Formats: sequence, structure tokens, C-alpha cells
Amino acid sequence: MSHPVLACPDLIRFEGDAPHLVGSRCDECGEVYFPATTSCTRCTATRMRTHDLGRQGSLWSWTIQGFLPKAPYDSGETPETFKPYGVGYVEMTCGIKVESRLTVADESRLKIGMPLELTLIPYRTTANGGEVFTFAFRPAASV
Amino acid sequence: MANDVAIIGIGLHPFGRHDALSGRAQGAIALRAALKDAGIGWDAVGVAYGGSHDAGNADALCNDLGLTGLPFINVANGCATGGSAMASAVAAIRSGMTEFAVAVGFDKHPRGAFNPHPRDWGLPDWYGETGLMLTTQFFALKTRRYMHEHGISEESLVRVAQRAFRNGALNPDAWRRREMSYAEIAESMPVNLPLRQYMFCNPAEGGAALVLCPAEIAKRYHPKPIIVKAAVVRTRHHGSFEVFSPALAAQQAPAPTVAASRAAFEQAGVGPRDIDVLQLQDTDSGSEVIHMAENGFCEHGEQERLLRDGDTEIDGRLPINTDGGCLANGEPIGASGLRQVIEICTQLRQQAGARQVPGNPRLGYTHVYGAPGVSGVTILQR
Repeated sequence: MSHPVLACPDLIRFEGDAPHLVGSRCDECGEVYFPATTSCTRCTATRMRTHDLGRQGSLWSWTIQGFLPKAPYDSGETPETFKPYGVGYVEMTCGIKVESRLTVADESRLKIGMPLELTLIPYRTTANGGEVFTFAFRPAASV
Repeated sequence: MANDVAIIGIGLHPFGRHDALSGRAQGAIALRAALKDAGIGWDAVGVAYGGSHDAGNADALCNDLGLTGLPFINVANGCATGGSAMASAVAAIRSGMTEFAVAVGFDKHPRGAFNPHPRDWGLPDWYGETGLMLTTQFFALKTRRYMHEHGISEESLVRVAQRAFRNGALNPDAWRRREMSYAEIAESMPVNLPLRQYMFCNPAEGGAALVLCPAEIAKRYHPKPIIVKAAVVRTRHHGSFEVFSPALAAQQAPAPTVAASRAAFEQAGVGPRDIDVLQLQDTDSGSEVIHMAENGFCEHGEQERLLRDGDTEIDGRLPINTDGGCLANGEPIGASGLRQVIEICTQLRQQAGARQVPGNPRLGYTHVYGAPGVSGVTILQR
């Protein structure tokens, strides 16, 4: 199948239809980065390798964006049509905390430590009507 | 100490909204006031450090004050612009470069939240385009995590804002001069939960300036010189939780504030218990709560009790942001750190009127924090 149009294609790789976050890992000290970097701010080395961060994490901190951000935010919304959205840091299995939009923007349904999984959400529409997606985390499907 | 530096002139153009005045004009007013306070002319100044974020090159002030040929260094260090200008002025005097140095800052920001551009900060476009690059989000995310780890409740966030507006009401130069009830703050519009409208400071306008000279000659120029015991700027280490971070490292490191604070206390040869009056960066209530502990004034989690018991009030053991801080004065980025220093000088000179800290305070402290992870601390002594 074809994958959705992404605002940030370099950040995502697909395993089948399942998106994974892509970062980098330092060859010298093993520190993990997102998005991928060309040097390590921990040990100052410059040999980095692509690293798959996976798609599972847990909520480390969160807020709800309550007002329409100014440019460069380009969702196309107006103050009248703006819908608040969740933002959080998500702790991935390897320990790095990734800042991400959350599919939930209801404070009663967000709790630090809750399990989350990566998804893609449309956040704007192009002039010819196509949807542009970005990454987001949603509550993990119960196992 | 023979090499001590003193502040002999302070000047402020009150913060707020001043539609008829450019940012630079407000800086010039502040600078002229500081020179008058020191009793010297602009032509006596041997070096100037100054900055503005949104109101043009600070060096353009020479077109107002006079083209005397002095070295004027433009400083661009985010919220730590004022602190960086002052630290540079102190270093210039210590080096013997000049007798009189100026630190000046001014600004004039558009209304509403700041809208930084990712590329200016070494970040990819998608970070801004998809709605993740907001300072208010960072403050909320850091505050939420801090509350979770250290048992701080929303009550503390309200109490910080309430005290800021209470102090602002006592300060004729403050922008927000209306006291607010607990409920008015606690029920204000959610901006970035857990932070609400009245828990955030607003971008604003204003100017602030200092004149400094060697401490040994300071009394010739001002009857109450204020000695700079420390003026320190530090940037982030790998692993600290900073604004504009698409990700945080697995292992956390202390904030640049912790490093700047420790270095300043060491330079000054004093500790947090010796400080009589202090300014902590309060871009929002949560940041002030966190900064209380990051600067060494309490243990993590102890803030809840200190705020409830009134310890941080003007007549308390640890008077914080006696002029209303950023919350009541707003934040013109270039001038904000120097406003803090001016308030401490005013307190140590016993000239703070209705908001004067009782008991003849001797030692004061200022702290700024800003993007992308820089902190400035000063320790001042009468």
C-alpha cells in the first residue's frame, strides 16, 4: 500500500504499515538521538549510525496546547476553528524521551506512565486537498 | 577585594506597552537615567555591552547618546542577554580595560507568544510547522514532570502568581498592578496545562541600564554603591531538560541554572542562606517553583510549604521577586535580566518604598534562564 504524505519523512520508517521513529546512535558511546544527528553532544564523536527507536513508549510528561500557535505552525486553522491538541514527551524503550503530539487532548485521559504507541495523524491540508501527516502517540491498544 | 566591581548607576524605563516609543527610545531613557544616577556623562564611558531581541542593534543607542567612539558590543543571548551584558561589563572593568562600563538592554515585542523560527535554533522546519516549538509548551512540560517527581500541586502555581501580582501592586513601575484572587488565577484560561493565563508572563517592552566602575572609586560617584560579588553565565550540558528539545536524553543532567548558581556562590564566598532578597526567573509560575530549588534556596519539593507559609513574601525569610518579577512586569527579553539587578540594587539601597524588604538587606541574588539553555546569576552586596 502507499504510505501517507509526511511533514517529516526522514523521521519515519515503515515495517509493513506500522510506522517506527528513526533517530541515530553514537558509534563511540551509544547515546541515542532524535531526530538523527551527525555528531554526539555527549562525547563529541562524529560517527553516528541510523537507529530505530521503535513505536512503543510511555507518557513521561504532557500538556495541552490551548491556543493557536503563530507561524511557522501551518495547520491552516484559524483561532475560530483551532482545536487544542496534546503534546508530550514519550519515553521510548531505549530511554530517550521524544517530544510528540498526542492524539488525546483531554486532561482526564492523560496520565504520566500510560503506555502509548506511534501513529500518524493528518495535521494540515494542502492547496489541492491532500492531507499532510505528522507523527503522534496514541494510547496503546490493550493487550 | 581590590578587584571588586560596583554598580553606581541604575536606570529603568518601566516595562509594559508604550505605543508611542520605540524599543531603542526606551533603552535611551533608561541609559540616561543610569548615567544621571552615577553622575557621569556618556563621554566618560569606556565600553558598553547591550542587547535587544526584537528592537534592533543596541549599538544604535550611540545615535541617541552620542558618537563618542567607544567600543559598543551587541549582545544576543536570549533571555540571558542582560546577564551576559553585565558579566561582560564586570570582566572589562576587572581586566583594567576601562573605569566606566555600561550594560544596557531594551526591547519591544509583538503581542502574544513568541514565535521562534526553527532554523535560527539549528532545528528542522517540521518542528515548528507541526506545532511543537513553543516556549509555553516547554515550561508546561517541565513543570508537569517536576510536579510529578517532587509532589508539587497546582496550589503552588497559583500562589506564585498571586504573590507576583500582590508585589506588582506595590511597585509604581510595574505593568500589572492589580492584585488577583486565588480563584481568578486558578480558573483562568488554560494556556498550556498545568499552566494557565495568569501563571504566564507576557512579552512586553521596556529598557534597563547599569553603570559600573571599580569598587575602590565607587563612593566618589554614588553614596550607596552595590558590589558585584559574582556575575556568572552558563550554558547547558548534555542531558539537561531544555526549551526547544525534540527529544531528551535517557540520562538527565542538572540544568544550566544549577551550574551558574553554584559558580556564583563559590565566587562570592557565600551560600543560599546568606541571601536576603532574590529575583528568580518567573516566565511562568512553574519555572519559579523549579528555580527555587535549582538555585539552592530549598530542597526539591519543599516549595509547596514555603509558598503556603508565606516565606517568599516581602516580609518572609526568602523574599522572591519583590517588584512583581516577570509575571507583573512582562518580559522585554533584552532588558529583563537587568530589571532584576535594578530591583536588587533598589532593595539594597533601601529605596523600594512600599515593597521594601525589612531588616536592612545586605546580600541580593538574581537569576535568569532562557532559550536554548542558558542561565545567568548575579550576587550583589551593599
